[in-house]
Amino acid sequence: MSEASREEALARALIQRAPLWRAASARLQRLAMGGAREVTDAVQAVEDYRLLARDLASARRLIPDSRTREYLEAAYAEAHTQVHRSASHPLYALWSLFRDQIPQVVRELRPYIAWVSVLFALCGLAGFALVHTYPELIALFASPDMIAGVERGELWTEGLLSIAPASVVSAQVFTNNIVVSLFAFCAGFLFGLGTFYIVALNGLMLGAVFAFTAQHDLAGRLFSFIVAHGCVEVSVMCLSGAAGAAVGEALIRPGAGGRSQSFQSAALRSGKLLCACVLLLIGCGLIEGYISPDPDFPLWTRLTVGVGYWLFMVALLKGWLFGKSRAPEPIPA
Amino acid sequence: MSSLEASGSTPALVIDSATGVDVHLRVAGPGARAAAFVLDWVIRLILAMSWYVIAAAIYNRRLDIRAPLVPSARWFVAVLVPSAAIYFLYHYVLEIAMRGRTPGKRMVGVRIVARSGSTPSVGALLARNVFRLIDSFPFAYTVGLISTLLTRDQVRIGDLAAGTFLVYESARAQLPALPVAGVANAAQAELVGELLQRWEQLAPEARRRLARRILDTAAPDSSRPEDEGALRGELERLMAAGTS
Repeated sequence: MSEASREEALARALIQRAPLWRAASARLQRLAMGGAREVTDAVQAVEDYRLLARDLASARRLIPDSRTREYLEAAYAEAHTQVHRSASHPLYALWSLFRDQIPQVVRELRPYIAWVSVLFALCGLAGFALVHTYPELIALFASPDMIAGVERGELWTEGLLSIAPASVVSAQVFTNNIVVSLFAFCAGFLFGLGTFYIVALNGLMLGAVFAFTAQHDLAGRLFSFIVAHGCVEVSVMCLSGAAGAAVGEALIRPGAGGRSQSFQSAALRSGKLLCACVLLLIGCGLIEGYISPDPDFPLWTRLTVGVGYWLFMVALLKGWLFGKSRAPEPIPA
Repeated sequence: MSSLEASGSTPALVIDSATGVDVHLRVAGPGARAAAFVLDWVIRLILAMSWYVIAAAIYNRRLDIRAPLVPSARWFVAVLVPSAAIYFLYHYVLEIAMRGRTPGKRMVGVRIVARSGSTPSVGALLARNVFRLIDSFPFAYTVGLISTLLTRDQVRIGDLAAGTFLVYESARAQLPALPVAGVANAAQAELVGELLQRWEQLAPEARRRLARRILDTAAPDSSRPEDEGALRGELERLMAAGTS
């Protein structure tokens, strides 16, 4: 028997197995729809995976340019996806995220959080000094309407609830803050420069606005408006900035795996912190909509809410709200 | 372990498997990406607008979709927030719920996979979508498009951050019924099966010509009928001989 006729006989034998592949594909599709409920389903999926692998290897050699090989490639890829599908425990994953992973990320990002907070504070002081010395520079940070209002002795925050309901104010505020926070993280892609720009700009604006209102004896009223939601809002800005800075450093100083791997690893690791940031910003938005603009709340209540919510944030980031963390302390370098 | 290899003009993600046989997944390029995105954009726009129109009409109790002159919390919560959520959270929610697919991706025949070829984790899918803020910069996904054109893996920044790839959905390939006994070789068996599968889609002249050519090669000495039905009958006899 010649080599060619032997190969032809093998190819014929191979395509005779088509009903087996169809049955295997159908079983795998059923598995994809409903998941493996019994051990026998999982064992059968592995058997099908092996069957398809064996026949695909033969098809690649015997009939490389055929529809049969294409079909087997597709069925094998699908089987690979099904067999390697991880078990899904969404509630446990969420619990573990807040109890173990986020506290671990916060520990790892401590130096970044410290440096970004220092940057924010310095920029705040710079903005204050700048507008205190050159009051006309407020035009760089505030709109003409806002400036005119403050010059008349009115804060733009007063009467906010007469323009829109508290729920509308809340949703607008938290949507805007979440976008800024996500942008501060993503902008780390520009080697950290984008993140530093956003953090610095926000610091400058806060300092400048405080200096401007202080010149018109409105700083106390502005503080009273900000304190309930601002403690956490500013902290979250620093946290998302720290996550962005970690992404930037991963690009500037990649590890052994290369720049791409380092970027991916930093983005996925520090990105977990953003889940906590988003939740905290929704809380800030609700406070800013329902408590901050309402003149019925005295300063001590606002201070209590602000400090209390900040302590809640610390407890959330430490994982204290979800029982004892299983994550080990990082080993010092 | 996985690597990227060029297969013709299309790069392919080649994944090592425990069976010793690599899995090959063709990486989708900017064209397939853009097509899937536009389809998804149209779908989410229609869904969001539909919600807005229906909810606004119910709120106003007549066919009027104008917002109330005085801002109202009920209008905001029942009309605006859900339609905005449908539009902005479409990719976040559906990619997780449909395991790396969206309706637009399904129509184009692509899906998102991790480097291992499996469905990406929820964290990876969220990171991929968060980085749309950069990819969509400054307008119309310019950064993302440039990134897919310049990177070897044809990925946007979000994919780089999440370690994901957009690959062609291979589950669409179909295998026709194959005869074995009455044909010269495996390639001819595929031809017979495919011709019968596509018989109705072909023009009568084209299917007669193809059927004659295949039958002439399979059984050169026999005389060929002129009638289309008889030609098909002969092909089906070949098929029956193979599958019996």
